[in-house]
Amino acid sequence: MNAALGLARRARWRWLEMAFWIAAFAAILMPAGAHLILNEIAILALFALSLDLILGYAGIISLGHAAFFGLGAYAAGLMCKYFAQEPLLGLAVAMAASGLTGLLSSLLVLRGSDLTRLMVTLGVALVLHEIANALPQWTGGADGLQGMVVGPLLGRFAFDLFGRTAYAYSLATLFVLFLLARRVVYSPFGMSLMAIRRNQLRASALGVPVNRRLIAVYALAATYAGAAGALLAQTTAYVSLDVLEFNRSADVLLALIIGGAGWLYGGIVGALVFKILQDYLSSSAPQFWLFWMGLFLIVLALVGRERLRAGMRGALTWAKA
Amino acid sequence: MGESMTASALETEALAKRFGGLVATDNVSFRLEPGARHALIGPNGAGKTTFINLLTGVMNPSAGRVLLAGEDITGLRPEARVRRGLVRTFQINQLFDDLTPLETLSLAVSERLGLGGDWRRRLGAAGSIAREVDRVAARFGLADSLGLRTDTLPYGKQRLLEIAVAFAASPKVLLLDEPAAGVPEAERRDILDAIAALPADVSVLLIEHDMDLVFSFARRISVLVDGALLVEGEPDAIAKDARVRAVYLGESRHA
Repeated sequence: MNAALGLARRARWRWLEMAFWIAAFAAILMPAGAHLILNEIAILALFALSLDLILGYAGIISLGHAAFFGLGAYAAGLMCKYFAQEPLLGLAVAMAASGLTGLLSSLLVLRGSDLTRLMVTLGVALVLHEIANALPQWTGGADGLQGMVVGPLLGRFAFDLFGRTAYAYSLATLFVLFLLARRVVYSPFGMSLMAIRRNQLRASALGVPVNRRLIAVYALAATYAGAAGALLAQTTAYVSLDVLEFNRSADVLLALIIGGAGWLYGGIVGALVFKILQDYLSSSAPQFWLFWMGLFLIVLALVGRERLRAGMRGALTWAKA
Repeated sequence: MGESMTASALETEALAKRFGGLVATDNVSFRLEPGARHALIGPNGAGKTTFINLLTGVMNPSAGRVLLAGEDITGLRPEARVRRGLVRTFQINQLFDDLTPLETLSLAVSERLGLGGDWRRRLGAAGSIAREVDRVAARFGLADSLGLRTDTLPYGKQRLLEIAVAFAASPKVLLLDEPAAGVPEAERRDILDAIAALPADVSVLLIEHDMDLVFSFARRISVLVDGALLVEGEPDAIAKDARVRAVYLGESRHA
């Protein structure tokens, strides 16, 4: 195999990928009923994709990724309330605000071990949460930011009660940002991130400017998280403090781990599984759904994804035989 | 380019590294000539690893300077030194196990060509990367292994890849850290051949325990003992040197 061919094959679109996106877009046309949860899934998927860029590709572990999500949500909310109702404008401003904050806070996560990074990312999210809490005149504090009137998308598509427009909007945003992420991870830049995650010392011995790459991807991921936050704010016309809460950082990490970090679709698969499980388990046993989620995680961690997959494949062939 | 006629390829001036009371590198002034085939030997604990870390910028020296082609690079970060042509290989396996040689080599080449920060195009969309990877892979006998996971390659191939990756970064000075360590006898020949075939204009410093490899490869040998340069000279002189025999050759001839 020569290198040109191998490199082209590496980034090629797979049938399954195309099928997935066609199905996701076709779901816009489904009869009303599922769009609200589909919208939530698309938003969580985008948020998890954002985390995947730093965790799955660059190896930066974060327990405070909600900082950027929440910032985006508030930025979009305030934009809508005080400046312009057009959602795309709010989305752009939210992404810029989160990206800029990501750029600044990236300097804090460059150095140190995973444990330091856990603490720093957790700390940044806590600080932002308390700032939002302390500025009720802006954020509505514990009551949340109310009175958002989100204008129709592109001046034409109003947000409906059943969430069809919301889902279409979130999915389209997810898709566009996914395409960009896909481009990024298959680029030389993305390759250097993969090397950094595996072995920083080795990466720098190949001439990779490790810090510069980490700063860039951290800011990019923050921008994505800000977009996810903006989508939530705009499609629910409400922002509350829980956009910045620890739970949200933990949930997105959970979703990504479930789907598997480092292959782009992990966040999407994880968001699907997470939200459907949450929906199903919390309607059958509202108090206990986290119990099942916890159990699932323990099994995943102890048995390991590879063996779990091999086991399932084995069970499938056994069942067929 | 003009100044490299007189300047050494790589040079240290009174380089020192202290860890608290321990002197790991003791006032080492060392010259690597352009096009050198130079070996650095020394018993275990002589400070070879620290010396390499100082050269490559993984550690900062307590005192002294490092010059690459006459330019002071003491304050530069490791990746900046690599871009200037000071490249090393690693003694134990530091390859990316679950990536392919294709990916690893493409990375090294794209960083060297200054395309490493390019996020808009697919890796390989610039045809120059693929052509260069093919060329390097062919040179090191890795053309058939490009698409396989690195950790599935035979150990000898992994060691070849280690050298190939460094070579892909287009070194002017190449530091080979025990390139043949742990390679089974059957695959050793390939490594020795690959090293012998390195272009003459690449200055090579070989850090090695294996005396057969050292004496077959080096035209000049430096001996490091307790962090300090004990002696330097041509292989014959080193082999005859009483001090060297005392501290080194005698004890590890068959180690």
